[in-house]
Amino acid sequence: MSSSTVSLRQGAPRPAGRRGPRFGAFEPWFYLAPAFIVLIGLLGYPIFQLVNISLYDYRQAQVSGAAPLEFTGLGNYQQLLSDPQFWAVLGNTVLFAGFCVVITILVGGWLAVLATRLRPWVRTLLFVVSMGAWATPAVTGSAVWLFLFDPTLGLVNKTLVALGLHAFDGYSWTYDKWSAFGLVASEVVWCSFPFVMVTVYAGIQAIPTEVIEAARLDGASMGQIARTIMLPMLRPIMMIVIIQSIIWDFKIFSQIYIMTSGGGVAGQNLVINVYSYQQAFAASLYGLGSALGVIMTVILMAVTLVYLRLIKKDGEAL
Amino acid sequence: MKISRLAAAVLASAALGLTACAPPTAGGGSASTKDETGGTLRVWLFSEVNQDPKSAVVNDAIKDFEAAHSGAKVDVQYIPTDSRAERFKAAFNDPSSAPDVAEFGNTDLANYVAAGGLADVSDVVKGWDEGKDLDPKILKTTEIDGKNYGVPWFVGVRALYYRTDLLQAAGLKAPTTLQEVETTARALRAKNPGTLGIAVGGKSQFSAMPYLWAYGGGIADQQNGKFASQLSSEKSKAGITAYTNLLNDDICPPQTCAEFGGNATVQQFIAGKADMAIGGDFNYKAVAAAPAVKGKFAVIPVPGTTAGSIAPAFAGGNNLGVFKSSTHRTLADDFVKLLAGKKYQQKMFQAMGNLPTFADVQKQVAGDNAYLKPFVDTIAAGTDFVPVTEQWATIDAQGIFTGMYQKVASGKSTVDQAAADATTAMDKVFGSGK
Repeated sequence: MSSSTVSLRQGAPRPAGRRGPRFGAFEPWFYLAPAFIVLIGLLGYPIFQLVNISLYDYRQAQVSGAAPLEFTGLGNYQQLLSDPQFWAVLGNTVLFAGFCVVITILVGGWLAVLATRLRPWVRTLLFVVSMGAWATPAVTGSAVWLFLFDPTLGLVNKTLVALGLHAFDGYSWTYDKWSAFGLVASEVVWCSFPFVMVTVYAGIQAIPTEVIEAARLDGASMGQIARTIMLPMLRPIMMIVIIQSIIWDFKIFSQIYIMTSGGGVAGQNLVINVYSYQQAFAASLYGLGSALGVIMTVILMAVTLVYLRLIKKDGEAL
Repeated sequence: MKISRLAAAVLASAALGLTACAPPTAGGGSASTKDETGGTLRVWLFSEVNQDPKSAVVNDAIKDFEAAHSGAKVDVQYIPTDSRAERFKAAFNDPSSAPDVAEFGNTDLANYVAAGGLADVSDVVKGWDEGKDLDPKILKTTEIDGKNYGVPWFVGVRALYYRTDLLQAAGLKAPTTLQEVETTARALRAKNPGTLGIAVGGKSQFSAMPYLWAYGGGIADQQNGKFASQLSSEKSKAGITAYTNLLNDDICPPQTCAEFGGNATVQQFIAGKADMAIGGDFNYKAVAAAPAVKGKFAVIPVPGTTAGSIAPAFAGGNNLGVFKSSTHRTLADDFVKLLAGKKYQQKMFQAMGNLPTFADVQKQVAGDNAYLKPFVDTIAAGTDFVPVTEQWATIDAQGIFTGMYQKVASGKSTVDQAAADATTAMDKVFGSGK
């Protein structure tokens, strides 16, 4: 970092430099320009078009110019918000994503703590195995999971039957709403815990050993150390991990689409992304789909902003 | 706060932008006025798993065509069926990359017409000496507001496959009514507990439709240019009940069958795990070659509600059509008439097993190939089709029709409730279109 950035952050007047004072006001913008241009191109414009399209009756006929474009204002939103299925799907999504986030954080966090106490070769093995899960594309992972849980030929049912649980002979894991969600959730947790584990592990490693040692000398128990020293110091990292997981799990598409073949029996396993694909894009109702996209963006931005505010209040920067 | 100021700026510019510009639309939708008699005619056909025989027939047709039209060349591209939606949409949006002639599924037709991509070929069919022999019910699947937008190239229908060995062992005869299909299936499963009495599926809509039609019901009716769902009529509900009766623990347990699509049901039969199944003429080769059922099965038309009658089958199949944006309209029409004509339909049947759409050609090939008889009889008894409107694509994508069967099969709804829900959902979609 150059000294000028530091002085800007501190709000101090710029020391007299090579350039005149008039340039000073533009200087931060000058440095930010490349990032802004990329952001506007890749984020700003698409979001603008998304909002724009959501206000029109915009179907394939309109895209290819066969029918006149009709401005419907908030019509698409009205249609969505008055549809009970939309609310049911939103409820499913929140529950499902919430469940996945909690389990992912618990499993990932627990394994991270475990990793700090393992012998190096065991830890390496754990990491290599987890990286395998992490590196598996969602589509492949879902397909493999489905093979494992196949009603008649899957390893899981065969094992359960061999153990004497004959109720699992031909048992379909995707038929019941909650068992189908559970099955998908297990795949989601499986492929997303490594990120949590690695990040939290790095965070624990970054805590200076002196601090812990000092606490131990003062007579703190292991539980106290974890609660009052390690957790607060891990907070920024936990925040990132939680926000990431919420965004990630809220947007789940491939796993549900593949494992419940497009939303389960009579659409019982629809989550918002699959719903928007099915209702809007596969059906060529782009206006409606964009409205759904806008609603999702707003929800996710609200979640992120709340967390950012929480962190800011505590005086910690990310 | 920085963020809110930025947000305000974004909102303000968005509001400004909204009043200034509408979402992008292509200038397409209007017919080309050019009609060149030379140059390259671009053709899109679907690629097949078994591509070589199709290419060979098409190449013969091109040779014939180029010999009869000097100065014209034909450039064929084989496109994968999986990505056809994207391909066609792109072609409608950008006429310069569009073909002149294309093969497409008959259930996609209404959607393509609504997008303004297909040319009216009614005059081609009327002015064509072979046109009068096209099966009228199948030609009807290409018709919107009295105009034809495609020429049927081949047709596919489903019939009832059953295991002759298992029926004989159980002392049963082949079912002659839909009622007997149910009782036979139940008896077969009781005798062979590891198998499905008849493989049907909550998602296999094309085996559910014959039930609906056989009981006199229907999917939707058109009145004054607008469609209205017919699923809640008493006759329709009788058909839905008869079909969902099969999705029961003593025939085809919903645990297993509620999620089956059409292919999955045929796969069960091929694997020897189903005693009966509703499969298409296009499945016959695969079934006949399957070790588990080879030589142990027979096919009859899906019976109707009275003995001797045949349930109306769904007339699936593909058409050949002309793009509205084509700058070689006369050449394109001529090529369609050649490739979809009797001579090449016959060749396509020999190469690919595709059932011809001309009544006389059908009879002829059925005479030479005994296995086709139940399918040709089914077509002759009269077929039916999904509502020919772009909104059917929406209803299909949203799973409204199959969702109804799944709700009943899984015990989430009664037939009355599921049919009422589907009617409401369908009518909402029908009402939203033009």
